[in-house]
Amino acid sequence: MSSAATTVAQSAQQSAPEPAPASAVAKSPTAATAQGAAARPAAEDAAARRAADYSGYKLVPARHPWRWVGTVVVALGVVAVAWSLATNPRWEWGMVAQWFTAQSVVNGLVETLKLTAISGALGFVLGFILALMRLSASPLLLSVSWTFSWIFRSTPLLVQMLLWYNLGYLYEKISLGIPFTDIRFFEVQTTTLISQFAAAVLGLTLNQAAYSAEIIRGGILSVDQGQLEAAAALGIPAWRRSTRIVLPQAMRAILPTAFNEIIGLVKGTSIVYVLAYSELFYTVQVIYNRTQQVLPLLLVATLWYVAITSVLSVFQYYIERHYSKGAVRNLPLTPLQKARKFFATHAPVNFDRANLDRAKDAR
Amino acid sequence: MSTAATRGHVEITNVRKSFGGTEVLKGVSLTVPPGGVAVIVGPSGSGKSTLLRTINHLEKVDGGYITIDGQLVGYQVRGNKLHELREKDILKQRTDIGMVFQNFNLFPHLTALENVTEAPVVALHRNKAEARKRALELLDRVGLKDRADAYPRQLSGGQQQRVAIARALALDPKILLFDEPTSALDPELVNEVLDVIRELATSGTTLIIVTHEMGFARDVADTVVFMDEGQIVEQGSPQEIFANPREPRTRSFFSKVIEPAFNI
Repeated sequence: MSSAATTVAQSAQQSAPEPAPASAVAKSPTAATAQGAAARPAAEDAAARRAADYSGYKLVPARHPWRWVGTVVVALGVVAVAWSLATNPRWEWGMVAQWFTAQSVVNGLVETLKLTAISGALGFVLGFILALMRLSASPLLLSVSWTFSWIFRSTPLLVQMLLWYNLGYLYEKISLGIPFTDIRFFEVQTTTLISQFAAAVLGLTLNQAAYSAEIIRGGILSVDQGQLEAAAALGIPAWRRSTRIVLPQAMRAILPTAFNEIIGLVKGTSIVYVLAYSELFYTVQVIYNRTQQVLPLLLVATLWYVAITSVLSVFQYYIERHYSKGAVRNLPLTPLQKARKFFATHAPVNFDRANLDRAKDAR
Repeated sequence: MSTAATRGHVEITNVRKSFGGTEVLKGVSLTVPPGGVAVIVGPSGSGKSTLLRTINHLEKVDGGYITIDGQLVGYQVRGNKLHELREKDILKQRTDIGMVFQNFNLFPHLTALENVTEAPVVALHRNKAEARKRALELLDRVGLKDRADAYPRQLSGGQQQRVAIARALALDPKILLFDEPTSALDPELVNEVLDVIRELATSGTTLIIVTHEMGFARDVADTVVFMDEGQIVEQGSPQEIFANPREPRTRSFFSKVIEPAFNI
């Protein structure tokens, strides 16, 4: 302390008007008293700097002219796109509106949703099992899981689809019995078992499982080892440890990628058109092959895909928010809460209880 | 020291443990009587934490054995062999042994109260309302009753560690293990945790504490155990060990960790 004060005072003596040492003196009054005479000019200087009173002034934020230029350019672009969409007759919006809710299109949409829901759910369940196998201490379980992911991630989904659909060529009959004997409990023609729907679900599910296994495994790995240790030390059983302690924390890492996958799957279902399965995309194709209105019908399909994705995104927001409990200090407001808060603070008339009661009394 | 404690007698006999090629415990034996307070000190890597973790079978021993009130931890005798218990039975044994970790390891997605009630409900099958009532008592005991609904991230380090102590106490353990409970805390938060442990030291629960807080060790311990390189070098009452260490290794360790502190 004392040595610091001396240095400051010395430098002040050598070059009093220099701003840096002067402000240092102002910060530590002990330096001024320590070496009174030498430090005085610096102290006066500091007093002069302190004086002016700005309390009557108004604050003006910095202006950003380029930001305005950028905003105007982008706004013009947006208007131009919107204008062309609205006025170019070749988009045939009337045709789009007409087909948008046509019975066959809605049927296709239902099939798309059905495929997504079934293969999404089955895929994630199988993926969860594969992830646990991959994390298991058993080398066999581990390598089977690894091989599964390896194979299904390395072959094109299109090939997998066609392979499942043509399984009857490889195996004429599928049967359940005791191997190496003639005992059969159950036997069926492969072609009757593997319908278009079954091939589609099988292909999408297995492919989805391979990807979701990795996503779930990544989520589980992201949870701190100490959490498992603490749970084990408290005597909490293994199953409960996974479901109550690890998974809820893993969900934070799993959810964003999982929703990516499900949204991908919604559109990925369009690949089953190779099986002539009449989901949304195939239906639309059939229609425009007949009517030749290619673009309007593709737009119909696109708008439906956008709608599904939008709904899923809303789900994603709320589910992620649910699982962020405890991971953030305070949960951010939902858009709805924000809107309510906005109207509560900006509303011209305050419609709270007290006001209503007072109004009633006045009457 | 204790109120007629009859449970929580810990007997560690010739315990060995290796990680890879390194032997971190080279035949450690230690007895802690019911209600006793043993404080284990020593340099980093001396095997203190590993020894502590063998006591509730979080770490499997490679040799030797540990008993609590005469019952083997993690094993059972069959013929002339010790067979490792099934997971279920190990978990049951662990409910008698509370553990407090250096990094708290509170469950971040559960509130303080849920952290404390989880194990009694799941592991001891206590009824929820009862567990909740008891948890609130425990949170009150560690001075955090008003933060029962806070999530761990909303609490300071010292508060989190006190919740972790309440969580360990919720199973009414015979023994409490503390693995450097204040090492992750800011210096100003250390005392609020040590005060809680000090209070526990007089409650009749057996405490085994690994710590670097020498002043605290001197206050609270019946027995101070000095470990180095996987062995117990010396043990005795705090007076003996701190004022009058016999072994040169002990002397040189304390000269490094204690004297600089008194020079400030």
